[in-house]
Amino acid sequence: MSHRFSSLMGILALAIAVVSLTAIAGQAPTTPAKKAPAVTKAPAPAKAPGAAKASARKWAAPKTPWGDPDLQGVWNDATSTPLQRPSELGGKDTLTDEEAAGFEEQLAFNLTRDRRDGGADADVNRAYNDHWMDARRLKITEDKRTSLIVDPADGRIPPQVPLSPERQKARAERAAANTRFNAGLPERVEDLSLPVRCIIRTDSPPYLPTIYNNDFHIFQSPGYVVIVPEMIHSARVIPLDGRPHLSKGLRQWLGDTRGHFEGNTLVIETTNFRGDDGVTFQGTNPSTFTITERFTRVDPGSINYEFTVADPTTWTKPWTAIVPWNKIDPDEQMYEYACHEDNYDLVHLMSGARTREKKGETK
Amino acid sequence: MQNRLRTALIAVGLAVLPALGQQAPAPAPATGQFPAYRPTRMADGHPDLNGLWQAFVTANWDLQDHEAQPGPHPETMGAYGAGPAGQSIVEGGEIPYQAWALAKKKENFEKRMKVDVSNDKTWHDSGDPELKCYMPGVPRATYMPFPFRIVQGSSQYILMAYEFTSSTRIIRMNWKQESPIPAWMGWSRGRWEGDTLVVDVTGLRQENWLDRAGDFHSDAVHVVERYTPLSPYHLMYEATIEDPNVYTRPWKISFPLYRRMEKNVQLLEFKCVPFTEELLYAPFRKQPAK
Repeated sequence: MSHRFSSLMGILALAIAVVSLTAIAGQAPTTPAKKAPAVTKAPAPAKAPGAAKASARKWAAPKTPWGDPDLQGVWNDATSTPLQRPSELGGKDTLTDEEAAGFEEQLAFNLTRDRRDGGADADVNRAYNDHWMDARRLKITEDKRTSLIVDPADGRIPPQVPLSPERQKARAERAAANTRFNAGLPERVEDLSLPVRCIIRTDSPPYLPTIYNNDFHIFQSPGYVVIVPEMIHSARVIPLDGRPHLSKGLRQWLGDTRGHFEGNTLVIETTNFRGDDGVTFQGTNPSTFTITERFTRVDPGSINYEFTVADPTTWTKPWTAIVPWNKIDPDEQMYEYACHEDNYDLVHLMSGARTREKKGETK
Repeated sequence: MQNRLRTALIAVGLAVLPALGQQAPAPAPATGQFPAYRPTRMADGHPDLNGLWQAFVTANWDLQDHEAQPGPHPETMGAYGAGPAGQSIVEGGEIPYQAWALAKKKENFEKRMKVDVSNDKTWHDSGDPELKCYMPGVPRATYMPFPFRIVQGSSQYILMAYEFTSSTRIIRMNWKQESPIPAWMGWSRGRWEGDTLVVDVTGLRQENWLDRAGDFHSDAVHVVERYTPLSPYHLMYEATIEDPNVYTRPWKISFPLYRRMEKNVQLLEFKCVPFTEELLYAPFRKQPAK
């Protein structure tokens, strides 16, 4: 397993997705491998987030034998819709069917291993992507949104408030570590990110899609909901009995979660995040960061996963995103994602850096 | 008058005594014996195994009889890190190793703290996986000194979530498909035999160890676990371990699991990767300029 490349490629793929979305919706599409199929269906404008699902409301959400809404099963949150709307799209919050089809086609073309332009490095990267990538992440959300963020209306993370000098310093140190990593010259393990160190990956909330392994297995028992993200095999045990949170002195990498049902919606709140550098979502301040997540089954095959995050010492206002979760084929299973046990890449990265230093390749 | 009163009081006392006698606690059962118990049930009629459970044996140090032992660095750690004495949980006391395998176990023990990850090919050759914070496998996960939660609902899966390195395994009920690929926590398929949850585990990684004493198996190992409710607060855990590459015959371990009863007790996080990074990766750190 090549964890470093997986992380890098995840970032690359996201960057490509953003560029492509702009290209498709903001101007004439560049030539994809094949012509986009003609779309005759009239575009259905989505007025509100998740509106595409509203017509399915007649469907009765299933209950567990003990009376809770039933969320059990294996779900997948892959999508090509970016978290933030590309600025160039301005107020355009959805694509037409035709634009969406063109976007998906171009994204597939950009990522395919069959391309040969761009040189050897790009070729290797594309082959890697094509091998590991979850094909589901080529699909834009069913309601054809241009961003996963639905509030604020511009689909963008709100502006930051001025950071304290301590946090500016911590961010600068993190950025310097990232620069060393990207130059192939990490000095110590702590220069690598938590996913590369196999400490946390997509299991830290909020859950956002990545290039691969986007599965979540939900278990329930009377009084509990338990979410097991594929990466990295941790169980998020959510008590529903109204018990208090852990005391403030007991913090965890994945926080401490409590939940309850509001109608058919599971509402969970998480606190007690560790404050270690780089751990918190988007570099927020764990003592002021709050996150609420909502899970609602909207039809037999999907859950609307909605999260709202706020941190008055980081952002000027809270923001909300909706990510569709789709039930995966029952024949497809979620398998063990071992990361640390065979993290050969971490050693390759570190020993490679030492070799470069010996050769004087430190620029 | 006085006699009559006394007689009346005695009569009352006699009347009360049998009632008190009925409320007196039953004598404690002999160790290892449990009265018949009918467990509470889920809607599907099977016993409800939900809860936070923990073993209180010292088998993670050694499955077999072992004396108390100092920690690896008593000169700096004193009694911290020392191991408790414990009695064997192996039926018959000894693991029936083939001769070569017994030698290998001893070698494992000698090299239990030797770590060398400088070569992909010999990465797993020495060192206890627990030392390196690897997922512990089955049955070791069950007797690690950490709790685990059983999550049993109304789906075809039961989850076992362990505190040690946040490892999990999914038990697929009445499942046909064989293990697709070796995994650290193996491939678990479950079924009910009466009130006992029987879990058939294959597909374990050959690098798994069974304890800190170097006990081990190969990737051909086949573990059959049995979880039987004994009371609202106890499960009996039994595991039969079969591996024709390593042992001369199948062998068995058993011990009770205890329900964690503290108010609001919950599974916490023991993400130990950061605790091992210095041990594993220090040789690759940038050295200060001379």
